[in-house]
Amino acid sequence: MDVFIQQLINGLTLGSIYGLIAIGYTMVFGIIGMVNFAHGDVFMVSSFIALICFLLVTTVLGITSIFLALAIVLVVAMFFTSLTNWAIERVAYRPLRGSFRLAPMISAIGMSIFLANFVQVSQGPRNKPVPPMVTDVIVLMDNNGYQVTLAWKQVIIMAVTAVLLMGFWYLVQKTSLGRAQRAVEQDRKMAALLGINVDHTISLTFVIGAALAAVAGVMYLMYYGVAHFADGFVPGVKAFTAAVLGGIGSLPGAVLGGLLIGLIEVFWSAYFSIEYKDVAAFSILAITLIFMPQGLLGRPEVEKV
Amino acid sequence: MSDTRTAAPAPTAAPAGGAEPMLAVRGVKTFYGNIMALKGVDVDVHRGEIVTLIGSNGAGKSTLMMTIFGQPRAREGQIVYDGRDITKMPTHEIAHLKIAQSPEGRRIFPRMTVFENLQMGASVDGFGHFDEDLLKVFDLFPRLKERINQRGGTLSGGEQQMLAIGRALMSRPRLLMLDEPSLGLAPLIVKQIFDAIRELNRAEGLTVFLVEQNAFHALKLAHRGYVLVNGLVTMTGAGRELLERPEVRAAYLEGGKH
Ligand SMILES: Nc1ncnc2c1ncn2[C@@H]1O[C@H](COP(=O)(O)OP(=O)(O)OP(=O)(O)O)[C@@H](O)[C@H]1O
Ligand SMILES: [Mg+2]
Repeated sequence: MDVFIQQLINGLTLGSIYGLIAIGYTMVFGIIGMVNFAHGDVFMVSSFIALICFLLVTTVLGITSIFLALAIVLVVAMFFTSLTNWAIERVAYRPLRGSFRLAPMISAIGMSIFLANFVQVSQGPRNKPVPPMVTDVIVLMDNNGYQVTLAWKQVIIMAVTAVLLMGFWYLVQKTSLGRAQRAVEQDRKMAALLGINVDHTISLTFVIGAALAAVAGVMYLMYYGVAHFADGFVPGVKAFTAAVLGGIGSLPGAVLGGLLIGLIEVFWSAYFSIEYKDVAAFSILAITLIFMPQGLLGRPEVEKV
Repeated sequence: MSDTRTAAPAPTAAPAGGAEPMLAVRGVKTFYGNIMALKGVDVDVHRGEIVTLIGSNGAGKSTLMMTIFGQPRAREGQIVYDGRDITKMPTHEIAHLKIAQSPEGRRIFPRMTVFENLQMGASVDGFGHFDEDLLKVFDLFPRLKERINQRGGTLSGGEQQMLAIGRALMSRPRLLMLDEPSLGLAPLIVKQIFDAIRELNRAEGLTVFLVEQNAFHALKLAHRGYVLVNGLVTMTGAGRELLERPEVRAAYLEGGKH
């Protein structure tokens, strides 16, 4: 029971991070039908932006309040990651729109390699550590030495994720920007006929996806305390799995899928074998694709138009 | 039928004759790949007019409607609106000139509610008159009010047609383009829609460009009409005048009363 609760906490924390990344995959797929293979690397870039910003804020500016520092890091990382993704869309995907369907995906693979290599060369091939940011833990239970703990950083991750997801949900469902985004997703030509600038709306989708990935990047850095140039790949594929499991194109599906993948991963590690935790995630991707390609919350293929 | 006849404006009363047209299509050629769908089309729509375009299936009517919005773009020729060349203008900017279209196939956003679809229509107008315009649309189509929270994709065909027209009206257009508004609607609703078009034109001076299969009703409603055959305009004239022509009667009004 103790182990179960502890793993539940860990799984939800990890799942929050996957869910935030998964939204970027699912939104981009929804609006231009492309699997953005570079999205995991955009997430990795954001954790480096966060790392650099954190070091600057704490050393150069000398800010000692960890919460203020984190807030600044979050805003700065969201801004620069969004800018990066906006630029990527402009140079690597937009010129290929209207080309054959695989062209932008191949370009995305190229972009993924470019980002990973660029960070490897400019930041070095090793793990880059940051000083521990939030170290306090709350002991929830203590059973003959086995402690169930809830770390403050886990609380922060879940709280920030929940708040941002609500804000994001409001943006997509209730504002005219979000409506335009959904309109372009559902019928691009009609949206244009109604005065929606389709190019801007697609850019906006990349910007929003990157901002959420940046939140994940900051949380990841805070949780693990290191950034590494290859960290785009495995979390990226897991978040992609989450998007597919939840139903690609579905926003609630991405969050649900993220939480499930996070939970499956930690429970697998706890009860079976930690070495095979990535295999578990990838098996789920394969099983979903074969038996349930529309995912848990994906929409049925047929629709009356 | 005699009541509609008296209510309809006299065909010779087409306003603004002689002045520069609101919309001028000049020698427009449109291609799908290598196939030429429009082979040099000329059409004028003057301010305050109702103009209809009739023609059989595949003549290129919808292609002309969409070409005016640059989807697809005219490969040759010119489209001038309000004295501005819009041939190469981006589609969304054309919409901001207050031209609205209820397109072929209706193109309702399937995963948005009726209300959201109407909101989409109002986006070019900046929501300045949203509540007022919403009431007008609901007056015209009370059915939409009952269905306000239903998703567009689950509406019946006729309800979708009403929504497409309502959505176009929500933008407060100066030029309203309707591609087969009577398609799939019950005769009573068709009459309602045609009466509404006439009323909007009479009371607010709304300019209307209408594509119709229902040639009898359309030509009776319109000040002027064009007949499109195989991507070319073969006949033009006052609505009633075309209605009397034997060629038109034979080709588009076969079976007498419609
Ligand atoms: N996307 C497309 N690709 C290729 N050909 C097309 C496309 N759209 C239309 N066409 C062709 O262009 C021609 C004109 O089509 P259009 O839809 O404009 O006809 P229409 O007059 O609106 O007919 P209808 O009364 O059936 O709606 C047809 O021969 C059609 O097959
Ligand atoms: Mg048509």
